[in-house]
This record gives sequence, C-alpha cells and structure tokens, in this order.
Amino acid sequence: MVSTHVLLSKEESDELLNVLGVSRDDLPKISTRDPMVKYLKAKRGDIVKLIRNSPTAGQAIGYRVVV
Amino acid sequence: MSLSNKKIVKGIKFGLLSPEKIVKQAVVEINSPETYDQDGLPVPGGLMDRRLGTVEPSQRCETCGARAGKCPGHFGYIRLERPVIHPGLAKKIHETLSAVCRECGRIKLSDEELEEYEKQMKELEGRNPNLAKALSKTVIKKASQVNVCPHCGATNYSIEYERPTTFYEEMGGKKGEASSLVRIPPTEIRIRLEKINSVEANLLGWDNEVARPEWSVLTYLPVPPISMRPAITLETGLRSEDDLTHKLVDILRANEKLKEHISSGAPQSVIDDVWELLQYHVITYFDNETQGAPSSRHRSGRPLRTLAQRLKGKEGRFRGNLLGKRVDFSSRSVISPDPWIGINEVGVPIEVAKILTIPEKVTDLNIDRMKELVKRGPNNYPGANYVVRPNGVMVDLRYVKDTNEIGNELGQGFIVERHLRDGDVVLFNRQPSLHRPSIMGHVVRVLPYRTFRLNPAVCPPYNADFDGDEMNLHVPQGEEAEAEAKEILLVENNLLSPRFGGPLMGAIQDFISGAFLLTRKSVLLEKGEVMDLLYAGSYEGPLPPPAITQPRPLWTGKQIVSLFIPESITYSSKANSCVGCGDCKYDDCPGDGFVYVKDGELLMGVLDKKSIGATVPNSLLHRIVKDAGVAAGREFMDKAFKVFLRYSEGNGFTVGLKDLEIPNTVREALKKRIKEVEGEIDEAIAAYERGEVEAEAGKTVEEEIEDTIMSKLTKLRDEVGDTAAKNMDHESHSYMMALTGARGSVLNLTQISAIVGQQSSRGGRIVRGYSDRTLPVFDHGDMSAKGRGFVESSFYEGLSPVEFFFHAVTGREGLVDTAVRTSQSGYMQRRLIHALEDLHVEYDGSVRGAEGELIEVKYGDDGVDPAKSDHGIALNVDRIIDKVLKEGEVE
Repeated sequence: MVSTHVLLSKEESDELLNVLGVSRDDLPKISTRDPMVKYLKAKRGDIVKLIRNSPTAGQAIGYRVVV
Repeated sequence: MSLSNKKIVKGIKFGLLSPEKIVKQAVVEINSPETYDQDGLPVPGGLMDRRLGTVEPSQRCETCGARAGKCPGHFGYIRLERPVIHPGLAKKIHETLSAVCRECGRIKLSDEELEEYEKQMKELEGRNPNLAKALSKTVIKKASQVNVCPHCGATNYSIEYERPTTFYEEMGGKKGEASSLVRIPPTEIRIRLEKINSVEANLLGWDNEVARPEWSVLTYLPVPPISMRPAITLETGLRSEDDLTHKLVDILRANEKLKEHISSGAPQSVIDDVWELLQYHVITYFDNETQGAPSSRHRSGRPLRTLAQRLKGKEGRFRGNLLGKRVDFSSRSVISPDPWIGINEVGVPIEVAKILTIPEKVTDLNIDRMKELVKRGPNNYPGANYVVRPNGVMVDLRYVKDTNEIGNELGQGFIVERHLRDGDVVLFNRQPSLHRPSIMGHVVRVLPYRTFRLNPAVCPPYNADFDGDEMNLHVPQGEEAEAEAKEILLVENNLLSPRFGGPLMGAIQDFISGAFLLTRKSVLLEKGEVMDLLYAGSYEGPLPPPAITQPRPLWTGKQIVSLFIPESITYSSKANSCVGCGDCKYDDCPGDGFVYVKDGELLMGVLDKKSIGATVPNSLLHRIVKDAGVAAGREFMDKAFKVFLRYSEGNGFTVGLKDLEIPNTVREALKKRIKEVEGEIDEAIAAYERGEVEAEAGKTVEEEIEDTIMSKLTKLRDEVGDTAAKNMDHESHSYMMALTGARGSVLNLTQISAIVGQQSSRGGRIVRGYSDRTLPVFDHGDMSAKGRGFVESSFYEGLSPVEFFFHAVTGREGLVDTAVRTSQSGYMQRRLIHALEDLHVEYDGSVRGAEGELIEVKYGDDGVDPAKSDHGIALNVDRIIDKVLKEGEVE
C-alpha cells in the first residue's frame, strides 16, 4: 500500500539538489512525524526519495524534504 | 519615470491609523454637518470644503492648486466628541480586554509564563506568521480564564461581548449574589488598552509599531477627499450626493448633538443615547452589512453602499475593477450559423466593421491606400475613423469638415485607424470561457445584416448554439497582437484539444447526415450532379474517371469525397452502421460499416460521426489533421463539408411523424408484453407483501423488491425498444440521424414510437408526493409500476395525465440539477484556477510554482504534453504498425 521510501545519503542529496537546481526549501515537504520517516530514522533536513506507481508512466519518482 | 528610480515592492503591511496620523494627513477639520450654504457654495469646514480637492474641471484645488484631473484629493478629519469602537476590530478588542488586567493592564499570566511566551514569540515572529497567530491565541485563551491579576492582585471579571460593539463586565456573583452585567463605555476601554505595554501587545497579536491597541477605539475619523465620493448632477439639475457623504453627514450631526448635550450638561442617559447613535453611524459608515446593526438606508429604502460594500463581492473594487476591466475595440452580438464561410472565418456586420478599427502606420507602401481610406471618412464603409499625427495628436474624422484635406496631408509617421476589413484577424469568444478554445482567432469576413456569423463546425469548442447565444469579438491593436492571433489563436491551430490531443471540431448535424447520404453504396451521380457538388466544394482539378461508363458515365459518392482527402491518408475504422459481426465482411458489410481509406481514396464504408464528427477520437478527421497537417484539416472541413451540405440539399432531408410509425401488429404485441411484465411485477409485490421475498446480502427486503422491480422494468424497456427499433423504417431520415450520430439516439426514437419507460427522481423510482403514494389516484402503499412513475405510453400515442405528471417530475429535476451543478462547478473552477494559475513546466520537464519550488519532478510523471498526444498516449503504437504494414489493407 505504502510506496517505497528511500532515505538519500548526504552526497546523493547534494547531487540531487544540484541536478534539479533547487534548494531544500523548494522541495515538497514531509513531516518528521510521518510513519515512514520514523521508520527510516530520517532527520530534519534529510531528503526522502519516493518511488510509486503511476497510471501514466508506470513508475514515478518524487522527493520530499523532512521538516 | 526613468528606470533608475523605479522601486520594487517587496511587500505590503497593513496597520491602523493613529489619531495623530489622522490629524497630520488631513488638511482641514470638518465640523459642520452643512455641506452647502444658501448660495450653493460649499461651507468651509463642511464635507464639501474646497480644501479637500476638487472634481469640477472649472476650479482649482485650494490645497494644491491643481485642476480636477491632477489633484489627487486631500483628507480631512472629524474630531469625535466621545470615542467609538472601530467595528472591524471589536472582536480583537474583546480578546484583548479579556486577557489583560482591568487595573494594571498587564496580561494576566505570571512573569515566568510571560517570559517563556515572549521567547517563543520572538522565535516565531517573521519566520512563521501562522504559528505566531496560533501562539497569541493560546496566550489569550489562558489569560482570559484568570480572575485575579498575578501582578497587582486586582479582581477581574469576565467580559461579555455583544454584537456589534457593546462590552459588559460580569460583576458580582460572589456568595450567591446574582451577577449583573455592567456596560464598559468606550472611554474606559480606551484607557485599559492604553495601559498595555508594547511587548505584551505583540504577544496578544497586535503589531505594536503600526497598530497600538488603543487606536482601535476611534477618537478621530478621517474624511476621504471629494474625489472618492463625488456628487452627481442629475438631468433635472438636482445634485445627488454620494452614499459616503450622506453617511458622513449623519456622523457629523450625531457628533454635533453630542457636543451640545455635553456642554449644556444634559443627563448622562441622554448623552449615552446620542453617543450610541454616533457609534451606530460609524459602524454603518465602515460596513453597512454588519451583523447586529440594522442597515442604514437611503430615503428611497435602498441600503447605503458604504466603505466595505465598495470593496466586497463580485462587483466590488477587487473582483469588479482590479481583476476585471471593460475593454475598448470589442463588440458583442447574437450569433447565427453560416456553413458557407470557412471555419477560420467569422462574419462581421458592416455596422460593426465601421466602428471597430485597426491602427495602421502610414508607409511608402500603403500611403495611397491610406489616403483613400481617410478621404472616405468614418461613414463610407472601407474608411477610417481617426488619424494620429506624428506629434501624437489624434484627429476624429467624424468632426472633420473636409476629409480630403487631411487625407492629402498624410505622410510617413501618421497612424490611420482604419475600419475592420476582410482578412483582418480578430479574437472571438463565448462565455463561459472554460477552456483555451473558448477564445480563438478568426479571419474577418464583412457581411450584411446584424449578427456575427460562424461556421457550425466550430460550435463544439465554444459550446455555442443559435437559440439566442451572443458572442464577443476583440480586435488586436498592433502587429504583435495580430501575429499572435494569427499564428497561435487561429481556429485551425486549435483543431486538436490541448487537453487530450483529439479533434475538438468536426462535422455536426446536417454535415454528418449529408456525408452519410453521399457515401452510401447506392449513390451514383450524373456528370452534372458531380459538377454541382465539386463546385460547392470549390474543387480545382481534373474529374476522376467515372466508376461506371455504360450506358452513361456515372460517379460514386465515395469518389467525390475522395477528391478532398489528402493523398497521404491511409485509414480504417468501423462506422456506426457496423452491425458487429464477429468476422468483418469488409466490402460485403450489410451496412457498409467498414470504412477504408487508402492513399486518400475512400474505398469502402460510409462516413458518419465516427469518421468526421467533432470530439471523436481516432477518426478520419483526426488522422487528416495529425498526418497531413492543420491546413489540410481545415481545407477538408471547408470544402468537403460544403459538398455534404450541397448533396443533402439536392437530395432533400426532412423528417415526419411517419418516420416513427411501427406496424400495428408489432405495437399490439408490445402492449401485450408490457401487460405481461406488469403482471409479473404485481406478483412479485404480492409475494413481498406475504413476506416471501428474501433479501440478498447487504440489502433490506424493501431494497430487494425495489431492485427486482427496477431491473424488470429496465429489461422491459430495452426489449420493447429493440423490437420497436427493428420494426422502424430504416430508410427514414429520423432513423438515419440516430444511426449516423447526426442528432438524437435510437433511445429517443423508441421513446417516441414505443414506450417512454420508467421516470426517475433522486436516483430511484418516483416515491415522493402524498403520504405513502405519489398521487391521490393511487392506493396507499401502491408499489406497482404505474404507481411509481412507469410510463407505458409512447410520445406518439400520448401520455395519460398521471404519466405526464411523472414525466414532468423527471424533467424538473433535470433542470434543477443543471442549475445547481453549473453554479457549483463554476465556483470550484474559480478556486482551482486561483490555486493553480502560477504553475508552469520548466525546460527540464519539471513542474514549478511561482517561486521555482518543485511541484512534480516530471510533468504528469511521464512528461507527455497531452496536446500533442493521442488521447493522453504519447505514441499510438497500433497506429504506427498499421501505417507501416498497411494492415488495414484488404484485397
């Protein structure tokens, strides 16, 4: 039911922000109280990658910054 | 303004006007309720004081010396004899009073608590305004519950607020005494608010720098300049003052009365009454729709339009004047159809073309033409209305005695505002403008009479019909706007929907009937007929060899149509007349339902809605537009559609009652069948009443019997409908229209000729009306088919009064639903547009918000632009295989 959440490492995060050309504040947010965030033990400021099913593309990728 | 001293607005901060500021920004104190003296001159110190600025062009402003247009107007002020509550802030005052001590003005929380809250507030301020607001709410809530001030030990009472601006303290109530409400006068409120220190004011949600709590109790009132409330002079010469002026007069009168009473030492109760009156006038001056205060009215009984009313609502300053403005160079008229003009065109009445103008710069290339237009003047049709000289002076040709003179004066640098002419591009719009194709560019075709004309094929995107619809027309002013209209907005560039990539426009109604008639197998045309049709389609080129040469040359309808299909098109599909045999018989199809176009030649099949209709996916028209280009698509629609119409005109196309007759024997058989099923239903009801019906899981017995009846009736209607449809005259034009999709459905036909069927209300059979029955002609609790809205008659036979009533119930419900739905979806759309308006797709394919924030990594997850897709799918693989293998080919 819950789509795949992956915690990005520091390097991966920096790489991602560079590629997207955005700062952390420009990413969509996810709460520290979110169960998946707790499960991944992600801290405030970490970036979580979402892989989920999409009716148009099969699989789609999204990113959330933990706040 | 030069570029260097331009300032960038970073933000706007709202606050309260302090009494000092009110006085300082004012140029005059207003204290006289009189506006004009006996001579009709403004009274100094009155509401029309000359120092407040002027709106009359003959006068100069006494303050700044500028004339009407240039003088911005200047504020005055009124000194209120007694303070009054600002009605918009009454709630905030109540919160504040409840939270602070009545004696010392401190928040009724301990020093430690306050320190903690102040620290939190400092952290939140500026960073997160929403949380700061929430914090002050908790402070207020906590402090309001304290009775004894922790700072000075004074006893506090709970404060009651009565709309709109009255406050009470709940005194007493100790030791079984009855509590009594004591009113707190605004003077006292102001004193208490003054005591609050700046840090604690911030904690209570006041922005201390720009909004001190005590400023919410007004001691001075600003008087807006006359330019904000101009009087209008009626034809009779009488002056009619603005509503704001009226209200300000009321305030001044009450204020003066209050002053008299105070100075004459009137009893307190009298003073309080007048004070209350002053408060009322101030309330309604701010907002005449305040809850708890009766609205202030004009002599005629019309409610006054005061400050809040000027801003609020659809016609208020924001929605009416700032977000929506009226424009020049536009026109509106009733629309009517004209299939003989192109889909790119719009017919514009001459009378309109003489008023709407296009500015054209005079150059060496057009000077002779421009001279001629100017000489013809504003009243002879291809003429001009204005000439702009190189120095920027505009000459209105209506008032020029000799247009020849100014015509000869023309040279480079002049601009001529010439009449609209054939070939100009204009924007055409029909409200509600729900999607992009609600405004499209059309090429002008100046025509006689007074309606805008448009080709019926472009009705679908506008959702237009001709039962009185009106449309708007806008003329682009300038080359850039014109180029955009031509290259982006033109109808042919909008043939495909930006929402799903399918065709939005196409054949409707008679176009479809005509296409079907022409492409049927039985059509064989004489040479003369062929010539006539091709002339209608402005065909240029050789005649194809006739399909039949003996005894005389004859052409098929399909040959004629083929002349208009681009050569690159190869296409196959099934028409509506396809009976759906498992194995396609292709050319031998009884309904000629297999449509096959090879290299632009219609080899088999009839054209109908499925091939050339509007908003039909994967149609022949779709293929033409996509594979051969929009220009080819437009040409096909412009030319072939005219041929279809011409053929249907020559052939004759009409409907009559006879079309819908079914043989009497069949009719009787159907009636018998209806009676049979009604009998079955009565049996089922009897069984239910005996308690023999068992419900399926999840249903009550009532639902079970209801479902049983409904399914029996639906089945009956389908069965009767099918039989009736089979026995109808399939060559009749009515049936033909239903079959080809030109208009109506087979269901409509069976309702006319066989049975109307079950009427519904609120998603089920009709049950409402009298207690336990729909109408008094039925027994209580009658559940039979007839008693619950089953109409067994057909429109052909006519309905019984009871059936007619049921039919009206359904009809009315449909009408109400439509009305409710449109208003609801309209509001939803408004909200959605405001929420989504600044989203855009960046060059990297991601969706970003206004400030570059990431919304979606890839638009729609797959990055496909639906406008260029095939119904949302980027690549129609089947279609490509088809094209490469020419699989549709049949030998």
